[in-house]
Amino acid sequence: MDVLLTSSAFAITLILLPLTAGMLCFLWPAIARILGIVTTAAGVFAVAGLGWQLQLNGTFHHPIGGWGAPLGIDLYADGLSLLMLGMTALVALAVSIYSSGYFTSRDDEIRFWPIWLLLLGALNALFLAADIFNLYVTLELMGLGAVALAALSGGKQAIAGAMRYLLATLLGSMCYLLGVALLYHSFGSVDIATLAVRIDSSPAVWAALGLIIAGLALKTALFPLHFWLPPAHASAPAPVSALLSALVVKASFYILLRLWLSIFSPQGVGDGVNTLLGLLGGIAVIWGSVQALRQTRLKLLIAYSTVAQIGYLFLAFPLAAASGGLAWNAVAYLALSHALAKAAMFLSAGNLLRYGGHDRIADLDRVAQRLPLTAGAFALAGVSIMGLPPSGGFIGKWLLLKAALDQGNWAIIVVLLLGGLLAAAYIFKVLGNIFTQASHPHEPSMVPARMEWAALLLASGAILLSFMASPIFELINIGDVFITTGVKS
Amino acid sequence: MTTAILYALTGIGLFSLALYSLIVQAHLLRKILAINIMGSGVFLVLIALAKRSDEIPDPVPHAMVITGIVVAVSATALALSMMLKLNTETHHAELPDDQQG
Repeated sequence: MDVLLTSSAFAITLILLPLTAGMLCFLWPAIARILGIVTTAAGVFAVAGLGWQLQLNGTFHHPIGGWGAPLGIDLYADGLSLLMLGMTALVALAVSIYSSGYFTSRDDEIRFWPIWLLLLGALNALFLAADIFNLYVTLELMGLGAVALAALSGGKQAIAGAMRYLLATLLGSMCYLLGVALLYHSFGSVDIATLAVRIDSSPAVWAALGLIIAGLALKTALFPLHFWLPPAHASAPAPVSALLSALVVKASFYILLRLWLSIFSPQGVGDGVNTLLGLLGGIAVIWGSVQALRQTRLKLLIAYSTVAQIGYLFLAFPLAAASGGLAWNAVAYLALSHALAKAAMFLSAGNLLRYGGHDRIADLDRVAQRLPLTAGAFALAGVSIMGLPPSGGFIGKWLLLKAALDQGNWAIIVVLLLGGLLAAAYIFKVLGNIFTQASHPHEPSMVPARMEWAALLLASGAILLSFMASPIFELINIGDVFITTGVKS
Repeated sequence: MTTAILYALTGIGLFSLALYSLIVQAHLLRKILAINIMGSGVFLVLIALAKRSDEIPDPVPHAMVITGIVVAVSATALALSMMLKLNTETHHAELPDDQQG
């Protein structure tokens, strides 16, 4: 029994189970739906088990096949990986339950389930990777899966959006890979821990830093590299939009954060770059929110809101140089609560689309009476996106604000306050139309109950996060990922 | 200048040329080719820099390039099939200019 309950067993389950289940879905489409739900439910238990083991034994390191770091592939997990895995498992389960009601034709099922489970396997493998080349491979696997899912609904809009997304994501990967090549040449290793020891400040490292950050910022849709995100996220089917906005952009951000924390930042390689990232993040918050406010289609509004919320994650880079752990904790919290809230929002939008047959904001009819759970889910998710208490989004933004106030960084304080106001404006624009009667009533169609509940559960999760701050911070700091890079002169 | 550095610089040159092409060319097939040439450029850099001295070259970058080729083949296949799909839908193998749906 002891052998079955180790960190390694849980971590390997997280990677192998979705991959195997994805293959089985190809072979037996008839059981795809049930297999998908069972796999994602098992994923939640495996992450819980991994978290329990990490709390007992500290960080976890596993050489696959016993080969070890320089030649073999290692798996590694600490608090940051655990947080990302937990976020993935929760969103995955809710989206799978939702999708079992959303995709009803056999054609859709045979396309969605295998690709989605492969994407889930790639995401889990990415969060457990311990070397920068393995990160590249999982990043590509994830990117291809995400593009295929974005093209799922088939129309001209969807294919063009997915194509643009594919070109952007491949360009990002190529830049990242060239950076990896330069780092490997300079230091003879791709293992993150080894690189962290050997790194120094040389022209090759600077070039690698620039290439890696540019590639990953493109994949994370940081302003001004966000051009591909709104068309791809808005034209995909609702559960896919939820996955792309909640998980896929977070994965490339995770790589950026991980490499920044362990390789570039401790040696002072990235000084100056953090100011640039913060500046772009600040512009993204304002620009994304203004664009969201200008949209007339609900899904495009939510997609631009993602551009804005991504900006918040980058605001922490300049703050962390002086206040270390506090700003990084804020980022971790923001990433988690944005994943839950944004997934809930896209799922609610899917319900509204199914109910009314369109997603024009001005024509949303009194949905509040007919789909109370969906309206509630959208409102609760909105609370977290705006950053009102009590919600996960509030805690994250409050911590960022606290770090900015401590340092007297007024530019960031203004961006945080203005971003919150703009977010409130675009959320209330939608809520106002949900609660009032439209000028042109239309024939509504039914929405399965599980699709409403999935959205509501995710949104409640985003609210509940605010009551679990201290246990979550305790989990995040397993392995002291944020503390080692804390205050430096 | 050693041979290895010459190859590495050629790789960087290919990468930059293809990046230019990717941005400037409108036809999707040219964009997909550009991505492939960028990939070849990166692989050339990896292989060239594997030879650090006169001894036997480092095998790890070679393994990485093989993995990279597999990834590039799958990505190209996906891109080509999506281009064909877009072509049957719109009769153009180009991305529409408008970003708003």
